Amino acid sequence: MSHFRIRIGFPEDKITEPIIYQIGHEFKVVTNIRKADVREKTGWVELELIGDSGEIEKAIESLRAKGVKVEPIERNIIE
Amino acid sequence: MNKKSAASDTLKQKIKGLKCRECGKLYPAVAMHVCEFCFGPLEVDYNYDEIKKIISRERIESGPKSLWRYADLLPVEGPPTVGLYAGFTPLIEAKNLGAELGLKKLYIKNDTVNHPTLSFKDRVVAIAITRAKELGFTAVACASTGNLANSVAAHAAEARLQCYVFIPGDLEAGKILGSLIYAPTVVAVNGNYDDVNRLCSEVAGEYNWAFVNINIRPYYAEGSKTLAFETVEQLGWKAPDHVVVPVASGSLLTKIWKGFNEFRMLGLIDSVTTKVNGAQAEGCSPVASAFKEGRDFIKPVKPKTIAKSIAIGNPADGYYALKAVRESKGSIDAVTDGETIEGIKLLARTEGIFAETAGGVTIAVLKKLAMKGLIPPDETVVAYITGNGLKTQEAVINAVGDVVRIDPSMDSFEKSLNIKEKNN
Ligand SMILES: [Zn+2]
Repeated sequence: MSHFRIRIGFPEDKITEPIIYQIGHEFKVVTNIRKADVREKTGWVELELIGDSGEIEKAIESLRAKGVKVEPIERNIIE
Repeated sequence: MNKKSAASDTLKQKIKGLKCRECGKLYPAVAMHVCEFCFGPLEVDYNYDEIKKIISRERIESGPKSLWRYADLLPVEGPPTVGLYAGFTPLIEAKNLGAELGLKKLYIKNDTVNHPTLSFKDRVVAIAITRAKELGFTAVACASTGNLANSVAAHAAEARLQCYVFIPGDLEAGKILGSLIYAPTVVAVNGNYDDVNRLCSEVAGEYNWAFVNINIRPYYAEGSKTLAFETVEQLGWKAPDHVVVPVASGSLLTKIWKGFNEFRMLGLIDSVTTKVNGAQAEGCSPVASAFKEGRDFIKPVKPKTIAKSIAIGNPADGYYALKAVRESKGSIDAVTDGETIEGIKLLARTEGIFAETAGGVTIAVLKKLAMKGLIPPDETVVAYITGNGLKTQEAVINAVGDVVRIDPSMDSFEKSLNIKEKNN
């Protein structure tokens, strides 16, 4: 079982969509939200994905396909 | 108790643990970087009461001529075991450049000659890998397209540790030579930036490696404080009025500000009125834009600049860098690639220092701030030049002059150069 902490950034037109609920149903991952800030025009959520690493990767791919920005909690690592 | 045993007592107790920067929750001083409760970044929590009892200017001055002279304020428990010669680079009084920019007390902190890989990363990596060894790691890793990879690979070789360097799959071969020479395992990951970045974070979570800027980051980042410590000592135990610092992840700027304030808190200097200024490239300026627009959050950007070593579109410490600049009443500005190249050339022409692109950005922003009057002529200013120009030669290859080509005759020589003074 892997744990992966991510930060999801929502563009304005995606703020109202239940994207986190959806990936919890489409993939075998548990979503555990820790922190969020959703404003009128921008929003982000920090959460942990728990599951098989293959399922986590598929869930992230799906999140990106839904049009939200997904990054590890560390943000940019490549220096 | 004699002085020596008091010193070793302090060394044992100086780190209390790690502390969350957001919620303040405490953790032991192990290899972790994120608060399990609020996901905030962790920072080393020092036992300043104990450090205060022992630290003094004299104690520092009698230390080695490297960053380890500040070991009392660095997050390692024992003596350094790798990177013994990092830091204590020259602070150069830049009279020629100062004259061009109208600044009477301009200094260049020259990390283009840092040991062993010619960038400020040798500071953070010396500390990260010494700490990684203390924590029992046998393998170290990083994700990098340049300076960080070079430094980690070199220090891992010295420390005889396994080393894994992750790079994006499309990175030019020449860029990785400076790492490959030290014989690490270089893993080229196919995919776009976000894929490579995500994989590295996943790997760091799954393998028991010291990933220097991930799970070792709280220790690693502290190394940048030494740039502030050295500046103060080299200025005769005074903090400058202004500093100009390149902003990539934002960690360097944040830690320089912290370094000045630690010295003040410990009574090594009386006051800190330093304005901390940040420098970014226009093609990757998420922190400068937030500053300009008065925002308290960073909007990620897609980098497009020749200043690749500071092109971080979603900087981990951008928020804290912004806060440090505002607290210190400094400023953040951004410059074009053209201004960056001119900055590199200006520093080389006036001071004989060849900086990489990040240095060009710093000099160009320094010039801009001086022209705007944000850095007055009589105030002391230190510009941090963090990497060597030999590493980014492609950036200036078309911007330097050409040779004067002649035939092997005095006639050709004299006609081509037309020099008046002659010895006769
Ligand atoms: Zn916390």
